[in-house]
Parts: sequence; C-alpha cells; structure tokens
Amino acid sequence: MITEFDPRANYEKTKKETGYVCRQEATQQTYDAIGFMSGLEVHQQLLTEKKLFCNCPAGKFHKSDNYDAEVVRHMRPTLSELGGYDGTALMEFRTRKEIIYRLKNETTCTYEVDDTPPFPINRDALNIAIKISLLSKLNIVGEVHITRKQYLDGSIPTGFQRTAIIGVEGEIPLKNKKVRLIQLSIEEDSCREISDIGHTRIYKTDRLGMPLIETVTYPDMVNPDEVKEACEYIRFLNRSTGLVRTGIGAGREDVNVSCKGGTRIEIKGVAHTKWIPELTHVECFRQWALLKVRDKLKKLYPSVSEWSMNHEYLDFDMFDITYEPLKIARDLGHKLIAVNLPGFRSILSHFTQPTKMFANEIAERLKVIACLEHPNMLHTEQFEGVITSVDLEIIAPMLGASDNDAQIILWGPAEDMKTAIETIEERCRMAFEGIPGETRKSFEDGSTIFERVLPGADRMYPDTDSAPIPLTDEEIKILGQDLPNDLIERYQQLKKWGVAESTYTYIFKNNLYPVIESISKNTGIDPKWIGNMIGHKLKWVEGHFEKGSEFNNKVLENMLDYLQKHNYDLRLAFRMLPIVYQYPKMDLDSVLTSLRFKQIKTDEIIEKIHFLDEKFNTVAITNRPKNRVNWIMGQLHGLARGNMSLTELHAIVNQKISHE
Amino acid sequence: MSEDFFQGYKGEALNLLKKYQVRVWGQAEVETTRGNFQGTVLPRSENDDQKHIVMKIVTGYNIGIDTDTITGMKETGYKKANYKIPEKEFPTTKGLPSVKLLGTGGTIASRLDYRTGAVIPAFTPGELYGAVPELADICNLTTDKLFAVFSENMGPDQYKKLAIAIGQEIEKGVDGIVIGHGTDTLSHTAAALTFMVQNSPVPIVLVGSQRSSDRPSSDAALNLMHAMTAAGHGDIAEVMVCMFGPTSDEYGFLHRGTRVRKMHSSYRSTFRTLGDVPLATVTRKGVAPIKKNYNPRRKDRNVTILPYFEEKVAIVYYYPNMMPDIIDSLVDNGYRGIIIAGTGLGHINKPLYPAIERAHAKGVHMFMAVQTMWGYCHMFVYDTGRDLMAKGIIPAANMLPETAYIKLGWVLGQTNDPTEVKRLMLTPVNDEITEREPYNGYLIFQGGVKDVDEFVRKVHK
Repeated sequence: MITEFDPRANYEKTKKETGYVCRQEATQQTYDAIGFMSGLEVHQQLLTEKKLFCNCPAGKFHKSDNYDAEVVRHMRPTLSELGGYDGTALMEFRTRKEIIYRLKNETTCTYEVDDTPPFPINRDALNIAIKISLLSKLNIVGEVHITRKQYLDGSIPTGFQRTAIIGVEGEIPLKNKKVRLIQLSIEEDSCREISDIGHTRIYKTDRLGMPLIETVTYPDMVNPDEVKEACEYIRFLNRSTGLVRTGIGAGREDVNVSCKGGTRIEIKGVAHTKWIPELTHVECFRQWALLKVRDKLKKLYPSVSEWSMNHEYLDFDMFDITYEPLKIARDLGHKLIAVNLPGFRSILSHFTQPTKMFANEIAERLKVIACLEHPNMLHTEQFEGVITSVDLEIIAPMLGASDNDAQIILWGPAEDMKTAIETIEERCRMAFEGIPGETRKSFEDGSTIFERVLPGADRMYPDTDSAPIPLTDEEIKILGQDLPNDLIERYQQLKKWGVAESTYTYIFKNNLYPVIESISKNTGIDPKWIGNMIGHKLKWVEGHFEKGSEFNNKVLENMLDYLQKHNYDLRLAFRMLPIVYQYPKMDLDSVLTSLRFKQIKTDEIIEKIHFLDEKFNTVAITNRPKNRVNWIMGQLHGLARGNMSLTELHAIVNQKISHE
Repeated sequence: MSEDFFQGYKGEALNLLKKYQVRVWGQAEVETTRGNFQGTVLPRSENDDQKHIVMKIVTGYNIGIDTDTITGMKETGYKKANYKIPEKEFPTTKGLPSVKLLGTGGTIASRLDYRTGAVIPAFTPGELYGAVPELADICNLTTDKLFAVFSENMGPDQYKKLAIAIGQEIEKGVDGIVIGHGTDTLSHTAAALTFMVQNSPVPIVLVGSQRSSDRPSSDAALNLMHAMTAAGHGDIAEVMVCMFGPTSDEYGFLHRGTRVRKMHSSYRSTFRTLGDVPLATVTRKGVAPIKKNYNPRRKDRNVTILPYFEEKVAIVYYYPNMMPDIIDSLVDNGYRGIIIAGTGLGHINKPLYPAIERAHAKGVHMFMAVQTMWGYCHMFVYDTGRDLMAKGIIPAANMLPETAYIKLGWVLGQTNDPTEVKRLMLTPVNDEITEREPYNGYLIFQGGVKDVDEFVRKVHK
C-alpha cells in the first residue's frame, strides 16, 4: 500500500531548501553564495547583399507555406578531426528524425541543399567581421581557416555550419569591469524551423547561409545584470559600425550559465536582451536545485550502480480511463508503460524552476529524444494528480513499488518506447551526477526547457572544400581606417553631454550617435537636447506613427535647423515631429500652419497676463494663487508654445499676478 | 624511418618550428605582433603556402598564424591525434546473404588527409560497421581493398584486376558483389566490367558517394545500404551502378553499367540512365525492377571473365573547325581505335575527310557516337554521314561515347580483324546498343515550367 504524499508541499519545501529568491530580492551576495557565472555568445547578422558561400540574396524571407520544392534528408554522426564522436550528434541520431527542407527558388540554390560545394567566401562579409574584430580589440588571425561545426538537428542541410575564427583574446569595457572575449567567428546562418512534430522536422532555407558573426566572452559575468550589460555593449558595438542587420532575428544570443559545482548550460537563441537577467537567474538556481537533488539521491544510493529502475507494459483495459490524451493513445493503438523509480519520491516534485519541477526534465527529454509529443507522461507527484489511488493499487504491485518510490506512466507508438525508456533511465541516472550538459530553449517568463545535449569541441572538422584565406598586415591596416569611435568613447561622450541614460539603448541600437554629433555640429544646438529629443520623442513617434518613406536623419536635421534659424522655441519640434515623420516632404511652414502655430513676440504674451489676472476674479470658484496661475497658464498655453518657454512664462505669471 | 615532426611544413614556417623546437601535435604558445595565440600545431597541407602555421585552438577551431608576425613560440605539451573510425567486428547473422565489398578508393568511406587537406579513402568491414551499423541487418559482409585510388586514376589495369577478383569471388560462392568506387569515372568502370564479366550469376553493384562520408549529410551510408540490398537480396544479376534517385534521402536507382553517366558535377542524384529508363529502384526494403527484361540471379557459378584491354584507343570530341592534324597525330602516335563523338546524328566537317581516309588506310578502327548523348547515330540521313561511312567510320547506334570508348578498348584487346571488331562492337553485351528507345527514356525536366514545378513541389526531388 502506497501512502499519501503532498507534492505541492514538497515543491515549496524544496524551493526553500534551494534558497530560491526572486530576482528583485536577490543581491550580489545571493549570487556569490551559489557561484553565479555566465558568459555570452552574441550572434549578429551582417549587412551584405549576398549570402556567405553562395550568390543567393541575403535578407529575403518567405512565409512558411510559400515554397517551390521540398527535399528530405537524414543526418548521421561523423568523426571529428581528433577522432571522437560528439554527444549531441549521437543524441540526434537516436531521434531518427526525418528532416524536410522547404525551398524557395529565389533564395535557394544547389549550395543550400548541399548539392554544390561552397563558392569563395563573401569578401564583404569577411571585411565587416574583421572591422568588428578590430573594434573588439581581438588578435586577428594570420590565416582564416573554414571549419565545419556539426549540427545534426538538421538546421543546416550539410549537417555542419561553415565557420571560421577571425580573432581571439579581446576585451570589452563595462561600467565597472572589463570582460574578456574568447573569440569572434564568421559563420553561415542556419535554417528557420517551421515545425517539429513526432519524427518530422520541417525547415525553410531562406535565412540559411546568411553571413553572421559570433562574439564569445569568457564567463566573466557574476550577476544577471552584468550579463545584460555585456550583451548590450556587444550588440551596440556591432551596430555602431552601421554594417550589420537590424530587426527581428538579426541579433540573437546564447547565454552560458553555471553555478558553483555546476555545469556550463547554454541557453539558446535568446531573442531579447531584456530577457537575459531573469533567464540567467532562474537557470543558476535550477542548477543549484539539481545539486540538492543529487545530494538527496546520493544519501539513498551512494553509487549510481546500485540504482536501477524497472517498467511494465500495461493494458488500457485495466483502467477506467477518463484522461483525454490516454483515450486518444488507446484509440491510436499506442503502448502504455508504467515505470518505477526507486527512491524518487519527493524527487519528481522537487523544485527546479519557479514554474517547473524535476519531472519536467524527464518529460522534456521524452519529447526531444523519443519524439513523444506533450503531454507524454503522468506521474505520482503531479499537483493535479491524474493517477488515482485505485490506479496505483493496480500498478504498484506489478512494479514491486515501495513507499520511497515514484512512478511514471507514459504512452506512445510502439517503435518509440525503447528510446523512451532509455531516455527516462538516462535522465534519472544523470541526477546522481548533478547537472547534465545541455542546451536549453528560453521563454519570456525566464524559464527554460531541454533542447539538446551540449556539444563539445569534438564537433569541429576542417572544411576540406575550401582553402585557407591569408590576412596580411596591409589588408588589416586598410580595414582599420575610418572605424567608428570606440563605443565606450561614445558612451562617455553621451554622458559628458548629459544625455539621459535611458536613451542609450535606442541611440546605439539605431546607430544614431553620428546623427546627434552631426546635427549638433551643423546647427550649434546643444547635443544633450538633441540626444534626449531623439532618445525620447523620436522613439515615441516611431512607435505611434507610420513613417513616411522619405523620412531620414537629414529631414530631422533640417527641421531643427529651421527652428533654430527662425529663432523659434526648439520645443516646437515635439509637436512638429509626428507630422514631419509621416509627411517628410511637407514644407516646414505648412507644418506649422497645420499646428495652428502663430508667431507672437514674448512681450505680447506677457502683456495679456494683466487682463487675464483680472478676468480670473470673475470666473474663479476657489480663489487660490495656485489655481489662478494654472488658469492663466491654460489660457496662454496655446499662444506661448513655440514662442517662449512655458517654464519661463510660468515664472513670469507667478510674479505678475495679484497676491492678495 | 624517423618520425616527421613537421608534417607538411616548408620554408619559413618550417624554419620557425625548428628554431623554437615546436612539433606538429605540440601544444604551443605563440607570441606575435598581433597578440598571443595558444593551441595545438596541426600538420600543414602540402599545397598551402609556406608563410603560415596552422593551430587548433581550445574551442576546436583551426586558425593560421602569419610567420612574419611571429616573435616567439614555446611548446608546452604534446598530444598526437588518433583519427580512427571505431572498428567493431562485423557480426555474422545466419540466414543473411554473403556480400563481398571490393574497395577501389573514393569517397564512400574516407578520412582526413593532411597531406592534401582533402579526404582519403579508408575502410575495413569493422570501420564500415562502426560507421554504418545498419549494414549488419542487410548482409554478412567481407571486404577486400584492391586499390586505394581516386576515381580519376582508375584505368585498364584496375579494370582487369577487378574483373579477375570478381570471377574469383563468384567461384567462392558469394551472393553478391559491391564495388566501392569514386564517382568521377564510375560509369567507365561499370561499362568495362559489363564487358569483362559476362553471364554473372550474382549482382555486381558499383557504388560511390557524392558527399564524402566525413559529413553528416553524406549520401554514402544510404548508398551503401542500397547497394548491399541490391547485391544481397536483389534478383538482377548484372553489372549495375547504384546511386541516389532524387537528391532527397529516399530511394536509389540501379542503372545498367553501359547506359549510365554522371550528369552533374556535384548533385547527389548525378547518375542517370541515358536513352532508356533505369533498371530498378532500390530502398532498404528491397529492389523494385522498372525494366522487365534483366538477367535474373542464378545458383550456378558459370561466369565468363574476359579481362582484355587495348590502351591505344581515344575519344575525339568533335567541335566546329576541328583541324585534321588532331586525327593525324593520333594515328602517328600509334592509336589503333578512335571513337568520334560527332554532332547531331553523327557528323564532322569536310576538312577532316583526308585525315579520316589516312587513318582508315592505316587500319585504325573508327566508330561514330553522338555528343547529344541521347538518341541514335543516323548516318544515312545526310550526305555527310554517307560520305563518312564510305571513308571507314562505323556508326555505333546509340552507344554512349564513353561506353563506346571502353568497349573498343576491350574489343581491340582481343582482335584486330576489322570484321570481327565491327561484329563485336555492334553486338550488344548488355544494352550498350538498344533496339528500341522508350518514349520516356528521354526526360529532362526543366524548372520554371508549370507542370514540372508542380511536380517538384509535391514530390521530393
């Protein structure tokens, strides 16, 4: 007889044992205690006309159902240069995936489908990569060697990504410290995934082969905010050249995290920098929790070899099935299996992430490795239990289960069950060692799920299809000319000018620093004012109005120049901007007319105060000075805007009104 | 023999390695004017320049360091890589057919070669089993590595040795033979074996790969599985080429050795049957014949091996304004046979006539094939054709030029008698000349055409 167990209480208890606190409550001490360590791999697409190793256009994208042909491939692991097989490769091979590529003639030639060897590397892309390497203070290699990096998930039809190191050992300066860079490489981008269901994974090849750089840092960051800061710096640096792509998917990060005694875990494809702090925070605690799990299991089984699990095939008829997914499985003729995990009571519902428990680690692997779609299992420690005590009375004796054990019930096609059982056993055995090396997929709420086994250096192989490319001192010298000022100098300049920090992201993201510099130089307007106007007002306008196709930075400059020349209050720009942004060809006088703006001399406005002051006495309900000033300001507001500073007017009104 | 510590390095790079006593496979710290680098020194490919040293850095990438920038080097460790496909003993399963794999080289199984930077062939049953374990479910495999040459280096000597080896294996009782071969001249070898190994009781399957087996998307594994299936289980006892049908990993084609040609420099589905339809499709489930007439598998061991070849044979690919001295120089150099790949129905220009006459007078055997690849030689249609036949050129019907070349070499290896040469050339051994060309034998799909695009969209090609 199996006794009752409260998984929810266990989850809360283990969460507490792990010492989990939300990010707002975490301090540097929190992170030091669990040994937070993180490094980055920042990917950035380069702005070139063509792809990296063929002459297809870069930057053209298609909808998933818009394709001209499909090609099917399967991937097999191969040996690395040093004679080893890569773990990820072997995992992918076990999944027996059929990979389908959807091709669109416009963006795909025989190179993308691996039916033609590579053409010589795109020199424009290579030059951009060298420039950014120089900005990142990296040691530039003497000869670029194209290397194949295995990817058996099918995201690249060759089964490998062509990639090459441009520079090693650089550094970037953050506010309070320097972060070291391991390397910068140039590489071809991968396919975009359309779907991954069961044993079929579908990709499209439009993005495949576009030039990309990857900047890799050492794990020098010791808290989540530092990771974000480093990431932003690298992204801004890339963008400051004006030679990289912007927009959705043009920049992506992989974030490596580990805790004290943990393992390097790679969180893949983080789409937004702002997700980084929560993701790294949660991941570090997940590892910390898994170490707790390990310690608990080790107490029960000092050596993993003493532990073994068993399973039994069940008959659907043995149970009164009400759970919908099980009904479907029964109708599909799937197999039903019960697994007993000795000693795993209170482990399955052990805290791992704020929204997840240990059992999720198993379910996620069943999806990826055994290709069983969610929901793919039930277990005895679910918050909303599906397995009833009646069910357990049937299952437990079959499995010989005892009170210390936990049980999983899984189902799926007969041919996948062998891999599924192996996958459960493998993950449970890994729990005795701690944290399995994985790449994990990220979500906005900061949680992650298992994606693949973490690949190692064993997946590298020289590209026998291409010759090394020498980089002479002379070439590097030429590329090093006219590089934009170092980002950090721009940072410091913005600060010196007094531009608000809240604008930096927008300014660097859109490479607007040169615009501020040039407008200030040409019009003599205070760069602080221009920076804040751009970083706040232009950003707001951009988010609320549709941009006219002719709008550019020159239009912005002309507008400010016009205000300056006419001696108008510059703040008129705030009202003009939405119109100029939408209709950039409209002449500026007309813009002002449409705003019903009339030029009035300051004296004329001030003259009206006396009249309004008296008038207030006749309309006022409560006669307080503050109300009086506000009312007068309200009456003059329209006239004053654009003609004089409202603050200034406010002061004058205050001074002139009757204070009885 | 002393070990080569500086594999592939020459000139300036070699001097530096010697000066600082850093070996290939040594872990080294290198100081340069561009900063410091650390990694393992790798061998250098012979054809690359002498100005760079190659290193594998810790992240697994390779980089080159310019010798002009190097100011210091230090070896801090040494670890030689052992590049070896894991060998596992190929299991024997009772009830499965026995297949012999004869190796000639090529990309079907390969590993990295630092000398050239390319891939070199390597295989044993153990290595193959390590790389493609599925083979053990298809057949009981034994292998023999006859040569290790690239496809382009295959020639008459190899054809003859192969034919003799095949004869011996058949006598020993194998159920099928697979020949691993580079793809460039795979069809030439297939033609040669068709003529040299006649009346075989078992399938003889030539197989290669278009993407070397050192890449995950290689077609090698699937081609091997298909070839083993055709050799061990198929009923067609002929010399065949087994390669991808479409570019997708779906099914293979079996092509007759005399009618097959490599038609694309890099595509997976490069081999096509010309002037006919392929013999069969093959998947891991088995062989599905397309053609009804083929030589079926037999129990006996009565094979005829005819390992003959005359090397003084040439193909002349005609082009407008070809000068007669091309033909004259062949004759002057003692060539005994010439296949002319003529234009259209089998034509060459008038200025060549005197040279043709001189060649004929010297006893050179000349046959006409067509450079259109598809279709027959019809030398009666125009006067030119009639003139040429009168001058001693014999039309070779719809024999492919390369097949005609191989066949003429094989025939002249046996006889020099003009009547006998003509008789042997025009009597097909296995469809090198066909009586009929099926209407669907000539299909060249062109993208951009609505029906074809529709077809390609729906069916994986």
